[in-house]
Amino acid sequence: MERKEMICINCPLGCILTVEQNETGEVTVSGNTCPRGAEYGRTEATAPKRVLTSTVRIREERGRVVPVKTAAPVPKEKIGACMEALKEVEVALPVQIGDVVLEDAAGTGVCVVVTKGIRG
Amino acid sequence: MRQDIVIIGGGPAGLAAALAAKEAGAKQILIVERDKELGGILNQCIHNGFGLHTFQEELTGPEYAARYIEKVEREKIPFLPETIVIDIGEGENGEKEVTAMNKERGLFVIYTAAVILAMGCRERPRGALNIPGFRPAGIYSAGTAQRYVNIEGRMPGREIVILGSGDIGLIMARRMTLEGAKVKAVAELMPYSGGLKRNIVQCLDDFGIPLKLSHTVVDIKGKKRVEGVTLAQVDENKKPIAGTEEFIACDTLLLSCGLLPENELSLNLGISLNPATSGPYVNESFETNISGVFACGNVLHVHDLVDYVSEEAAAAGKHAAAYVKEAAGNRPLEPEAEKGTAADGTLKKTISYREETPVVLEAAAGVRYTVPSTLHLSRIEDVQLIRFRVDDVYRDVFLKVYFNDTPVLSQKKRVLAPGEMEQVRFKKEQIAAFPRLEKITLRIEKEAG
Ligand SMILES: Cc1cc2nc3c(=O)[nH]c(=O)nc-3n(C[C@H](O)[C@H](O)[C@H](O)COP(=O)(O)OP(=O)(O)OC[C@H]3O[C@@H](n4cnc5c(N)ncnc54)[C@H](O)[C@@H]3O)c2cc1C
Ligand code: SF4
Repeated sequence: MERKEMICINCPLGCILTVEQNETGEVTVSGNTCPRGAEYGRTEATAPKRVLTSTVRIREERGRVVPVKTAAPVPKEKIGACMEALKEVEVALPVQIGDVVLEDAAGTGVCVVVTKGIRG
Repeated sequence: MRQDIVIIGGGPAGLAAALAAKEAGAKQILIVERDKELGGILNQCIHNGFGLHTFQEELTGPEYAARYIEKVEREKIPFLPETIVIDIGEGENGEKEVTAMNKERGLFVIYTAAVILAMGCRERPRGALNIPGFRPAGIYSAGTAQRYVNIEGRMPGREIVILGSGDIGLIMARRMTLEGAKVKAVAELMPYSGGLKRNIVQCLDDFGIPLKLSHTVVDIKGKKRVEGVTLAQVDENKKPIAGTEEFIACDTLLLSCGLLPENELSLNLGISLNPATSGPYVNESFETNISGVFACGNVLHVHDLVDYVSEEAAAAGKHAAAYVKEAAGNRPLEPEAEKGTAADGTLKKTISYREETPVVLEAAAGVRYTVPSTLHLSRIEDVQLIRFRVDDVYRDVFLKVYFNDTPVLSQKKRVLAPGEMEQVRFKKEQIAAFPRLEKITLRIEKEAG
């Protein structure tokens, strides 16, 4: 039986989770306040993922950027590659929340979307 | 210009207060915001982690703000952008006089029955840090760096040391690392971090950035631009320990040494401030010592969870609307009064609950402060919430609550830390049923008792 303590990072409450994995690979989580904590403990113990937030440039404009995020969590080890891919992205105004700026970020199958509406 | 409620600040606190006041029946509501757009500090907090408790989904700062901005627009609540409030005064007739300024109108006065303070907070000034040496370029507050990177798209530097482990510093450590900078260390004067646990995990641990607790900057090298800083360990009295100095080459020093409620307007108006929060003392209605002036969000006490800001602000908005009704003798103030056609804005001087002696909340033994700090029994909520922070890190302790001197609650806590806001709830009946309740005391104790 393997036992790990970790902090749930899904929200600022930061519950202290105890994640146990038995011989058959079955994972149980305790210490979570809500179901997302259990889900997090399970993934973190097996294949950690993060939502990436960043910004992309606006075409022909300097001194202002558009905030974006991955529409779903991506594997932790792909974060660097996603940042590289975002460096190449430029958008034209106006943009709306949810507009897709990158279809498949670094082969993760996850798209990157705008998080703030900005008028022209 | 005559209003029922003027809300100063259009961040999450101001937005939620406006919506709740409108829902509670207030007619003339005006939001005054210094910036071009609504949303407050959330506009530069592009990371996610907002709103899980309100919307059951994890949003970024701008997305969370957008949900409230849309509602405010749908409700057609007016908002004055690029307008700064410079003074709040009290008129003869119980009315408040809000002096504001903008490019179009210059200086002007808004008359109103109630005011909601929602100005947020500012970063602790760097002068308070007392770092000796020159003041070369390359020293920024973490919040300024956040605005540069997330809104303007420019990096303040490439090799970075961060002093202070408040949340903005932690968030910026990750942000700048992602943008290709090298964050060499985060130094924290205290033996614990002031930031949220989750931010230490996902902003520092994920990227292998060292957190040096009980460390401070003792020297800054560089005349024109920062070339490096010297860190040293500190003893229990926060004095640097000789022989522990370590030089770290860097071109940028970020200061993330905490936030302070924006309280200049409050001080000028004569609002009494709680030294523990630097924000106003408020009652169960989020009303300050000045009748008709309410406070919520970071101007009241610094929050780490925006969901709590919105919740608290909604309560303040609701209570402000109730105040307006009572003060105006249960008639809405006439918006036309400005033109001299209707009521003169005279307000009732005696607000019924204000005549009542409130129950005092006392923060003792390890509890730094509570919000609210007084309760009018006639106005407490069905489930009355008390928020507080502790003054140190505690493990395996009990939160004890006493009514007068009788213990009424003992709650086991695995970890309590100054960086995390705590809360406890009481049913209205439980408070109301206690004979001659004068004082509610919160304490942190070792024994279950
Ligand atoms: C870096 C950082 C990271 C955070 N991360 C999270 C997180 O992950 N999850 C979470 O839930 N919460 C987080 N928070 C907390 C949350 O964002 C804040 O608690 C919340 O934004 C506070 O809202 P507010 O409306 O009180 O203040 P603000 O958002 O600061 O709004 C105050 C507004 O008042 C205006 N104003 C001030 N003075 C005047 C004046 N005299 N006249 C006119 N207007 C004025 C300002 O321009 C501003 O728009 C974070 C906060 C920070 C700083
Ligand atoms: S378990 Fe739920 S409440 Fe606790 S930190 Fe995780 S998401 Fe937040």
